[in-house]
Amino acid sequence: MTRGIPLPRGMRRSSEGWAIHYGAAGSLKLEICLAYCFLPDMASMKGKTSSFSRNLSGASFVQAPGVKHGPNGVTFVSSGIPDLDKILGGGFPLGSLVMVMEDAEAPHHLLLLRNFMSQGLVHNQPLLYASPVRDPRGFLGTLPSPILSKEDKVPQYDPEQEKGLRIAWQYKKYFGENKQSFENHRENRQEYNNDFDLRKPLERQLLSGNHIDCFSLQDYPNLSDLQECCSIFLAQLERNGGGSKSAGRIAIQSFCAPHCSHSNMEWDMISFIRSLKSMIRPSNAVAVITFSPSLLSPTFSKRWQHLADTLISVRAIPDEDKELAKLLTGYQDMVGLLHVHKVASINTQVPVILEASTFSIKLQKRRTLVLERLNQAPVDGSSGNSYATSASCSGSSKAASLDF
Amino acid sequence: MDNHSNLLDEALGFNSKARVSPSGRVVLIEDSVETSGSFVLHHLMKHALSLNCSGIVLFVALAQPFSHYDRILRKLGCNLVAQRDNNRLFFFDMLKLGCLDGDGGKIIEGQLLELYGKIQKTIETDALPDQSKNPITIMIDDISLMEVAAHGSSNHVLDFLHYCHTLTLGPGCSLVVLNHEDIYSSLTGPTLILEMEYIADIVIKAEPLATGLASDVHGQLMVVNKGIIDENGTLRTKLRNFHFKVKENSVEYFYPGSQS
Repeated sequence: MTRGIPLPRGMRRSSEGWAIHYGAAGSLKLEICLAYCFLPDMASMKGKTSSFSRNLSGASFVQAPGVKHGPNGVTFVSSGIPDLDKILGGGFPLGSLVMVMEDAEAPHHLLLLRNFMSQGLVHNQPLLYASPVRDPRGFLGTLPSPILSKEDKVPQYDPEQEKGLRIAWQYKKYFGENKQSFENHRENRQEYNNDFDLRKPLERQLLSGNHIDCFSLQDYPNLSDLQECCSIFLAQLERNGGGSKSAGRIAIQSFCAPHCSHSNMEWDMISFIRSLKSMIRPSNAVAVITFSPSLLSPTFSKRWQHLADTLISVRAIPDEDKELAKLLTGYQDMVGLLHVHKVASINTQVPVILEASTFSIKLQKRRTLVLERLNQAPVDGSSGNSYATSASCSGSSKAASLDF
Repeated sequence: MDNHSNLLDEALGFNSKARVSPSGRVVLIEDSVETSGSFVLHHLMKHALSLNCSGIVLFVALAQPFSHYDRILRKLGCNLVAQRDNNRLFFFDMLKLGCLDGDGGKIIEGQLLELYGKIQKTIETDALPDQSKNPITIMIDDISLMEVAAHGSSNHVLDFLHYCHTLTLGPGCSLVVLNHEDIYSSLTGPTLILEMEYIADIVIKAEPLATGLASDVHGQLMVVNKGIIDENGTLRTKLRNFHFKVKENSVEYFYPGSQS
């Protein structure tokens, strides 16, 4: 599978492809028209990111870069992975707490964390990063760099050829993911989230020119001090009517790592998370906390999960799982699985029900991170795979601060 | 009003002839990570506030701020700001309860006492100045967070609940509490939820479907109503089971399979 350009834009490619095909590459009208033609197919996908939110983001609000308005008065920032933004209906809502459940034996949560942090730095958003290692600033050196996508690069590939191969089967894989909310606001989208090249480190000036606070969790045996740091950080991000201010990001890695002295103070930890949540809520910031549920007792693991607005788990897939390889197409390209347990429902009582909640994490051209729906292989089609339902409970107590 | 005819109201006994519920009821809502039960809380809040212009709601918010509830209830057709101005809704924003101190244990006891004092004072002075017998509803949106604020000392939480219960002994009054069932499922011994199930007259459990997520059925509700008195005057427990689908402005309730 070699493709001309990184995949997250692949869905758009198709409609553009048609536009070019009809000899009207510059005509935006035709493109939009085509985008709507596809709408009936996607209508079943999600009610949430329908035309309503699109109109809102379309109306030229004066808004900070990297911030997008959604339904119910919610404002989104990007997770740094365009596919994840689409899955979550726009991204991470400002004022929400996102929890990522780690695979205790694999560093996949770092992929999410890196993209999340990089995306913030690209948008010049202030960042607070806390990690259990001694030198958290070192992690900044591993942040990926955005791929500067050029609009003029797009027409270079040959649409016809790929088109024919595409539609034949797995139609949904290429067209289904609810792309409609992004379709005809490409300028917005370009600004809102980027693809990141995992092999290229983020430019130095972005790291130095930004407002970045780094903390080592080991330096804070008393969590109320860390809480103080967060509240100082959040004080500059108060939400005060205008809403034009920049958004902030808090990233806390492996919060319950056993080599931090507070790992046995379960009530202190959960009370810290709760305080953080209540501080985040009225502010223009998002907090992402990764933790390994196997390091917590089951009851506290559940408590943590209840506190999360958005709950995601990641897990590695074993190298040689023949059965799984038979069940899923594209198995050899997958690096892991991502499961969405809970999507933030702020200001609404309607739960977000995703059509699929388990996605495969793939590296597109070994560079960019993409998420795809799991597809069953056509051969030996046994019914359904319940493989990824119970997430990351491998029972190991190893610290998950490995690096790639 | 058509919202008085749904299955949940029926199970709760809202549309019995008198429409005034028996005195001092404790309603416990249980949910899990997969299925939030907060919509039941919204429903009960709306019901209490729309009760012939006399019901009074005291809402102790530990999980979500006022703006969240305001938006949701507005979509359900109930203006919380107006109700608050009319002294029918008293909203206690307790999101930061027990937050800003180093070692919670002792201090939280004082904070809970203070909160109780505020509730009691509100009831005595603001809500019922003329000793009228308006039904009072005390709602607590996530009691497990109070446990967190109390650093795991569930005795303080239980004491608080008992005090609140004594305030809601009048006719039509009730105490509505939300808790998460799955937190306690791995624990043995007298957990908070067991104690609460014991004092509760009505237990509402929101559970995910056993067959997984579906877009047109969001989960199932089990309503255990312990305080039903039938024609012969005997006390019975009534158990109802049905599915639900949550929408912005209403919730659909239906028996399994009856949704066309």
